[in-house]
Amino acid sequence: MNEISAITVEPAGCSDAPVLKERGQREVFCGLTGIVWLHRRIQDAFFLVVGSRTCAHLLQSAAGVMIFAEPRFATAIIDERDLAGLADANDELDRVVTRLVERRPEIKLLFLVGSCPSEVIKLDLSRAALRLGRKFGADLRVLSYSGSGIETTFTEGEDACLASLVPVLPASDAAQLMVVGTVAEIVEDQFRRYFSELGIHDVGFLPPRRAGELPAVGKGTFFLLAQPFLANTALELERRGAERIAAPFPLGVEGTLAWFEAAAQKFGISQARCRAVLDAPAERARQALARCRITLAGRKVFFFPDSQLEIPMARFLARELGMTLSEVGTPFLHREHLAEELALLPRGTFLSEGQDVERQLDRCDEEKPDLVVCGMGLANPLEARGFTTKWSIELVFTPVQGFEQAADLAELFARPLRRRALLKV
Amino acid sequence: MQLSLWTYEGPPHIGAMRVATAMKGVHYVLHAPQGDTYADLLFTMIERRDERPPVTYTTFQARDLGGDTATLFKKAVADAYERFKPQAMLVGASCTAELIQDDPGGLALALDLPIPVVPLELPAYQRKENYGASETFYRLVRACVGPRVERAAGAKPSCNILGPTALGFRHRDDVAEVTRLVEKLGVRVNVVAPLGATPADLARLPDADFNIVLYAETALAAALWLEKTFGQKFVNVAPIGVGATRDFVKTVAELAGIDATDFLRAETSRLVWYSRSIDSTYLTGKTVFVFGDATHAVALARVAAEELGYKVVGLGTYAREFAREVRAAAKGYGIEALICDDYLDVEAAIKAAAPALVLGTQMERHIAKRLGIPCAVISAPVHVQDFPARYSPFMGFEGANVLFDTLTHPLMMGLEEHLLGMFREDFEFSGDAAASHLGHAAAVVLEAEPVTAVWDEAAEKELKKIPFFVRGKARRNTEMFAAEQKIGVISLKTLYDAKAHFAS
Ligand code: SF4
Ligand code: SF4
Repeated sequence: MNEISAITVEPAGCSDAPVLKERGQREVFCGLTGIVWLHRRIQDAFFLVVGSRTCAHLLQSAAGVMIFAEPRFATAIIDERDLAGLADANDELDRVVTRLVERRPEIKLLFLVGSCPSEVIKLDLSRAALRLGRKFGADLRVLSYSGSGIETTFTEGEDACLASLVPVLPASDAAQLMVVGTVAEIVEDQFRRYFSELGIHDVGFLPPRRAGELPAVGKGTFFLLAQPFLANTALELERRGAERIAAPFPLGVEGTLAWFEAAAQKFGISQARCRAVLDAPAERARQALARCRITLAGRKVFFFPDSQLEIPMARFLARELGMTLSEVGTPFLHREHLAEELALLPRGTFLSEGQDVERQLDRCDEEKPDLVVCGMGLANPLEARGFTTKWSIELVFTPVQGFEQAADLAELFARPLRRRALLKV
Repeated sequence: MQLSLWTYEGPPHIGAMRVATAMKGVHYVLHAPQGDTYADLLFTMIERRDERPPVTYTTFQARDLGGDTATLFKKAVADAYERFKPQAMLVGASCTAELIQDDPGGLALALDLPIPVVPLELPAYQRKENYGASETFYRLVRACVGPRVERAAGAKPSCNILGPTALGFRHRDDVAEVTRLVEKLGVRVNVVAPLGATPADLARLPDADFNIVLYAETALAAALWLEKTFGQKFVNVAPIGVGATRDFVKTVAELAGIDATDFLRAETSRLVWYSRSIDSTYLTGKTVFVFGDATHAVALARVAAEELGYKVVGLGTYAREFAREVRAAAKGYGIEALICDDYLDVEAAIKAAAPALVLGTQMERHIAKRLGIPCAVISAPVHVQDFPARYSPFMGFEGANVLFDTLTHPLMMGLEEHLLGMFREDFEFSGDAAASHLGHAAAVVLEAEPVTAVWDEAAEKELKKIPFFVRGKARRNTEMFAAEQKIGVISLKTLYDAKAHFAS
């Protein structure tokens, strides 16, 4: 049952399933949102959005109370003077950055983050990054990427951020493994432990906890994606000679197991060793899932598109918790990176890509799911209409990857249903 | 370019959304990229609204830019009309769409919809949320008003209540309280808008004898236009606190041609007695720093000074549009107003003023927490806590009751303070403990700035005897004094010299 061949790309599951493509109104955050978790991950990085008051307001609304400390992100708000050409936008940016750097000398890595307005007025942030990088020299690395809503949805901002890091990773052709995608520190530590027990010792994480700990990359690098939304980062890594290890994502017991095993196979680790290292934690995690299974089995779940985590989540809920899948919506379907996931999805699952939110709400009404996974703008209105919801942003803020977190992940879905059952008002 | 870590106000289209969402039968089509849909959560999460705001976003993408974003916009308007069948439609652009200049107004009008379509020009790179709300409400009123119907002979005088919006600070309860107040006085409320009104209700606005501007931030522009067009006078006194409520009642009575003498004799707030009760003596001269929108900042400063006997040591607003009013009020307290929308500067000003109480927004609450100063929230921008389940108006006589609690509870109750002082030497009592409502931060943050002078043993001991809630300030003041006087070692004498110095 744990044979790797069982889960690779035979046209099983939903590999060749049709997908409803929608191009109407999207109810999804833009890529700027990624800053909220990225700045917590890279602890000496600062994210400076070059944008409008809307961008600043989005960030503070998404970050919630985090904003009340002195956060490591901010917005350089473009004003009328910049637009009218009264002030040179580049000079203005330099001035803002210089002040910022004076105030926050502990910052080692500065991201200039593009937004819709900066893209539309064609403010060249990559050139600005070069210029500022020269100005501050070795003390501060300056990079740029776009988190704009005209180019990126929600989690794609992380993809753009990590892709901007790849060209500056140190080079090394030594055999090594890289785990790509933000994971919580506790998850990183667990992953490191299992890899080293398996016998893979040279493991880097992108993004790292600190700017000075960037992993090396080169011809000997194999990388595993920890998140399903990293299309451009993967391309950049491949450009530097690294090779992606195809695997499902480390969500749930099955996904985590297959993820580790895919790496083990690449590194020539024996089946026996895999069994010795992975079976016990997998079994423990399966047992931990049992409690949630009681709540979730047989219930129908509907996904609105949000984080691109929808398909792996749906796979986990269907296969390990016995849920029935109604529509599974995703903002963007990367067939290659999700090939292993699609193969595991129950045949006949209704997939949609993109969004036309009003029509999707109509479908949701018709489907009458027991649980709706959606963004925060939709959750309360759906609850008020009698649906039980799980807001998806929690799925990117909470440590959910790996064996030890499988039950926590299930719990995120089970709690709203349990709560609904408890309330007698 | 302005560096912003946090903003008091959102962009102007958020103000427009606050008006659209407050009303019924209005739909807003906003030309905006997908990320701007975050605004929905302000209403569904913070205010816990059970419906999505009536807003359609075009969510154009980069690939649409070269092509035809204008067609996309037209289609969004047509679809929204078909689906929602509103009585009136607002159309406009967010910051990004403003740059691509598709002319949403012209495009929507070209569709020739059988309803009023109101184009909004809200300059996103100049103006902010409150301006957006004010301008939107004004435009909607202009577009929807009908002809004036004269009051029938013998009918009660009537008024409109203007200004309450979605996502407003206590607007829900203020409207209920003010409605109750004016009706009891004998005035009929013709229309409340925008909150709860339909475009058809706006058509009836001219029928009222006069208008009540509840929040100048959102309603003043509309009221001025109604006055110019229909000769409707308006009341522009926010009835926050006992004094302001009395002023409000008098002005309303005057416009309605009613004698309010008996009403004012009968109606009052518990604040009046509570503030006179001897337990409140300890409140005398407590220093307070007030910051918020102009309506609330000015009103709360008055309540603090005239109705609770506090000393206003700071007064400010983030709303530049109302700088003049706030400056004038500050002058009355002998201070310079702080007109500023950078919270770091507000923090610095609070730190410098070292007040005993901060009245502010959610941001000042966090600043005060960091500084270990008691605080109450009195103004937008709102937070989920500003929508309490219980009835909790700020306006009218009931509002004054709420204010008494809100403004005194964060300070320690008089008796508690007294007892703490009396027992501070008691072995069971730890003077280092902070008051229960200050959490853990207090004791730590009140620590003095880097010490220049050292304290001798006797002075240090004496300092310990000073109640902890003023100890931090005593230490700071003494050290400041020592620094000024170039005193290296602080003795008992320095301590008391400093005390005398700062008392005078
Ligand atoms: S969608 Fe564009 S304009 Fe809106 S917040 Fe995101 S980057 Fe800023
Ligand atoms: S110490 Fe307790 S009782 Fe006194 S004001 Fe604070 S919360 Fe209220």
